[in-house]
Amino acid sequence: MSKPFATVVESRTSLANKTGSWRTVRPEYVHRLPPCNVTCPAGENIQQWLSLAQEGKFFEAWQEMVKNNPFPATMGRVCYHTCEKACNRGQYDGSVNINLIERSIGDMAIAKGWSFKKSEVRSDKKVLIIGSGPSGLTAAYFLRQFGYGVDIFESRKYLGGMMRYGVPKYRLPRRVLDAEIKRIQDCGVNTVCNRKVNNIKDELSNYDAIYLAVGASVASSVTIDIEPGSKVVSAVDLFQKIEDNPNDLPNLGKTVVVYGGGNTAIDAARTALRLGAKDVKIVYRRTINNMPAHETEIQDALSEGIEILCLRTISAINGNKVILDKMDYDEESGILSRSGENEMIVADSVVFAIGQAVESSLIQGIDGISISEKGLISVDNCMMTGVKGVFAGGDAILGKRTVTNAIGYGKKAAKCIDAFLQGREYIPNSKNEVANFKKLNTEYYQKDERKEVSRLGNLDFEEKNVSYSDSEVVQEAMRCFSCGNCFHCDNCYSYCPDNAIIKHEDGTLEIDYDYCKGCGICASECPCGAIKMTT
Amino acid sequence: MSSLTMGNRFGQHTTVQSSCDRPNTLTSGHRACQGCGEGLAARCAIDVAYTAAKGKIAVVNATGCLEVVSCAFPDNSWNIPWIHSLFGNTAAVASGIAAAFKNKGQADVRVIAQGGDGGTTDIGMGCLSGMFDRNDDVLYICYDNQAYMNTGVQRSSATPALARTATTMPNSQYSGSDPETGKNVPDIAMAHGIPYVAVASIGNLHDLERKVAKAINIRGAKYIQIHCPCPLGWGFPTAETVRIARLALKSGMYPLFEAENGVLVGSTPVEEQIPVEEYLRVQKRFAHLFGKNAQPENIGILQKIANRNIEKYRLGGMSDE
Amino acid sequence: MLYQLEGSQAVARAIALCRPEVVCAYPITPQTHIVEGVGELVRSGQLGNCQYLNVESEMAAISVAIGSEAAGVRSYTATSSQGLLYMMEAVYNASGLELPIVMTLGNRAIGSPLNIWNDHADAMSARDAGWLMLFAENNQEAADLHIQAFKIAETLRLPVMVCMDGFILTHAYEKVDLPEQSEVDEFLPPYKPEFSLDPENPCAIGAMVSPNDFMEVRYMAHRRQLEACAVIDKIGTEFSAKFKRNTGGLLRTYHTENAETVVVAMGSVLGTIKDTVDDMNQTNGNGKYGVLSLVSYRPFPDNEIREALKNAKRVIVVEKAFALGRGGILAREVELALKGLDIEIVTVIAGLGGRVITKSMLAEVFRQPKGNLVFLGLKEDAIRQEYKTVLNKGGA
Repeated sequence: MSKPFATVVESRTSLANKTGSWRTVRPEYVHRLPPCNVTCPAGENIQQWLSLAQEGKFFEAWQEMVKNNPFPATMGRVCYHTCEKACNRGQYDGSVNINLIERSIGDMAIAKGWSFKKSEVRSDKKVLIIGSGPSGLTAAYFLRQFGYGVDIFESRKYLGGMMRYGVPKYRLPRRVLDAEIKRIQDCGVNTVCNRKVNNIKDELSNYDAIYLAVGASVASSVTIDIEPGSKVVSAVDLFQKIEDNPNDLPNLGKTVVVYGGGNTAIDAARTALRLGAKDVKIVYRRTINNMPAHETEIQDALSEGIEILCLRTISAINGNKVILDKMDYDEESGILSRSGENEMIVADSVVFAIGQAVESSLIQGIDGISISEKGLISVDNCMMTGVKGVFAGGDAILGKRTVTNAIGYGKKAAKCIDAFLQGREYIPNSKNEVANFKKLNTEYYQKDERKEVSRLGNLDFEEKNVSYSDSEVVQEAMRCFSCGNCFHCDNCYSYCPDNAIIKHEDGTLEIDYDYCKGCGICASECPCGAIKMTT
Repeated sequence: MSSLTMGNRFGQHTTVQSSCDRPNTLTSGHRACQGCGEGLAARCAIDVAYTAAKGKIAVVNATGCLEVVSCAFPDNSWNIPWIHSLFGNTAAVASGIAAAFKNKGQADVRVIAQGGDGGTTDIGMGCLSGMFDRNDDVLYICYDNQAYMNTGVQRSSATPALARTATTMPNSQYSGSDPETGKNVPDIAMAHGIPYVAVASIGNLHDLERKVAKAINIRGAKYIQIHCPCPLGWGFPTAETVRIARLALKSGMYPLFEAENGVLVGSTPVEEQIPVEEYLRVQKRFAHLFGKNAQPENIGILQKIANRNIEKYRLGGMSDE
Repeated sequence: MLYQLEGSQAVARAIALCRPEVVCAYPITPQTHIVEGVGELVRSGQLGNCQYLNVESEMAAISVAIGSEAAGVRSYTATSSQGLLYMMEAVYNASGLELPIVMTLGNRAIGSPLNIWNDHADAMSARDAGWLMLFAENNQEAADLHIQAFKIAETLRLPVMVCMDGFILTHAYEKVDLPEQSEVDEFLPPYKPEFSLDPENPCAIGAMVSPNDFMEVRYMAHRRQLEACAVIDKIGTEFSAKFKRNTGGLLRTYHTENAETVVVAMGSVLGTIKDTVDDMNQTNGNGKYGVLSLVSYRPFPDNEIREALKNAKRVIVVEKAFALGRGGILAREVELALKGLDIEIVTVIAGLGGRVITKSMLAEVFRQPKGNLVFLGLKEDAIRQEYKTVLNKGGA
């Protein structure tokens, strides 16, 4: 006799019963775009480098950063981190301090001397980049990596563009900027300073492509009645003086008025304090909520004692008397109008920070390329001007004027130029669906407060050291939700009532459609929205 | 990234379920409904027991959903020694198995009896109580889905107050299961003074695994009751099984605790209690408590039960010790 | 070795000689002293290496045995009367799972009305439960049958119920020859299950079986019952050869060779029947009456019965249970075994609820049965009286 018939059954014979046939909906692992990545103007894969940082793989994290942005330490200081505003964790217990992690890892890279991979010149085609701001340098960095020879011509004394001439050094120490620029130079980019290209006609025949990364370096003019002898300076000029003659700092007096509401205005006001002013006021025409400056910048300025006079324009400057028109602003319609009242304040100097435009001489007399009314160069979707092979980006074209955006333009320009030089069309990668907060199951994230560090230091030009320690980097990176991408939490594998998820030795997961009944628990319990049910 | 997930890349606070080499004691091809909480709970519990006992376990299964879905000739989903005898005698069969292994000098083979709430709290109660009384070396696991699901959702003594079942259909006179009825088997088990009693849930697998692993190494009678939402019987989408279990925990409707020798020794705190409505609203078995014909005081009855659980099992913390 | 023992104690000692590893019982009336006796032997160490479980009900008792037997150890329990009915669901289950449990049934009546005395109604309730059922004629046979039962059960992978009359045997002191342990060990080797709950070699026991296969499972169970006759006979013969006693087997005949009337019965009443027959044969001339002692009720040895009774003119079946409204149970089965033979069959229902059966009562019915269905010693006056009342009620 063997075993009893039917009532006694060997183990695991049910594997013959393929319950996948019950399924009406089907789970699939997907990669959704994390909001941080989506909003990053430089297109960084923030989530990926946070993931590496979690594992303490700082070098790998840095390598991941520089796949899209050659300036991590700089970005970690001056980026307005739209990523953090978008970060889903912000709706939970405070966004991840992405910016400070980037800075900390960027600083680590400088301290440890991590460098970019050298790449051979593989093409006989050469590219000229005019301007060494973030956009120009970034484009150069990528074009070198793609194998092109690159020259950068910079009209000013030093490289860096607005990173140097627009961002005060208490926010971005020059040793950091210099180190990150040098790393780009070290990978074979030829840079020439004090070389002003008067008109690109002169260079068209020497290069296969030209990238105009000239920025907007001309201060916008204003129609204000200024009495001769009044001490008035543009922020652009103020910053250049400080950079180029650090031993002969300008004196703005004790009382300074800064006119404008952008980040430059804030930087100018805070610089004024550092130049010895005791009373600094920002005059801005709309309300504080409408200021284009980043809110952290505004907060920093207020913390340093800077006063912001909203709903005012300057109508006249008579010596040290500044006449302000009070304004009415209708939030709903956005209509700004004079109220008819005015007031007078006193200032030893007035700094104008009301906008900058592109220097137009560069392209004068060339067909197909022009400066718009707003002082910008027009480009097509592939960042090319009307002239074949001439591209433009950064502050010179329409878009947000931040260092991060400029880096993004630089990267895109490099890709467009590469495509152009290979005679093909540039097709951007298609974008996945965004992993918004609703797609998450936050039950699995333990509440853990964001580690905040105040950046406010002394009222001098030294930067306060706020970088995280290695363990703090790991700890803060751990707060990342990994929105939209599997982080190997194994919830799906653990919860599947049908063992229809296979976990391989290396931790990777696979759905076994032979047995998956399509209940959807995996998708519901996936913390990060990396499983989608499809019909 | 978070110790609350089942596993992680760092190997800290991970569950047996997240492990690559978990034993899959209940394997694929079983016929449990989509999203079955009991099937999930059974694999989790028996996997942990298997791991903790180094593969030396034997399981008795009461008649019920789990039994019919896991072992119907020719399909057996188990890879452990498993026996199904009857509906109401599971604990006694387990006692016999434990006695046999003890006598063979194989007390390292740990014996588990398992069944649904009907097979445990109703028809199996006599044998269960006898097993507790003799302090037989058996871990009894009750997969509590709060009604007789296999046969069409009839009321059991574990059916919660006011729940709709096939035998407690709400109408103009009645509002689901009578709130004055029901049986608290964990309390009854504690009254036997057995070495270990615990209540767990698939809404908290870390806790569930810890309790089963602890129980398996205790000699004598043990009782663990696991809350297993049933999509079909309770009326919710199949993907929501674990979420519903979690809502029961967060509302205080299903208190997690453990007791040794009849004394409460630990509770899983309810950190921020949610109103019971959040748990009830998502289940059709409580649908009659809402809508235009609902009697508003009914929600209050259930809220009181939840609040009492929190007080009685000290889910607000055991700081007074 | 010979002992003067109460039947229950004799069986308890016989059980101990079989070295069961798990013994469980609900030791409360209706029960016998057997399980108390085994319990004492375990506690005193005379039955070493055995777990004794004093459980809370008969349902638990049989269920514990199901569990322990499934875990691969020799298991024993005992019950009686209502107790058997209380465990009945699991009685069917044990045979369905092919677990060779041995259980003693101390035969007693089934209530209501409550009656704790002997008859066979309990056993008859289990006749289709798939168990082998052996009936002991006396305490010696009761003890011997248990030793044979384990061997039969384990050979056939079927549970065996050893039936012995409540009180008449279980509570009566008789001489019993109990074998030595070494002899029993030679006869009954250690239990080696063909399947069990084994972590090294796991299988599932007790699968649900759909309409697709259920008929086959049942048919095979039927076939095994039929095949069991040969095994019981063989083991009975082995036992007789080894222990020099003719106990067990399928059936025994007593002066049936030339008998015109053969009385068929099971259990302790056979002693009285044989005495009655002896007296009658002496009075009325040798060989007119014979007796067939049926040991194996399940399986039912049709061929052996037919062979033994083929020359009889009349068969009187004395039985201690009956089917209400239908008559004899055993008699119908005997009738089936004798189908086609020209033999008159008389059913005598006797001894219900412990009613005394005397030789004179038996002699009277053997000599001249009044009809084919006789209720032995029925108080007809009382019946008439009550029947009248009922009739009047019905007529009014």
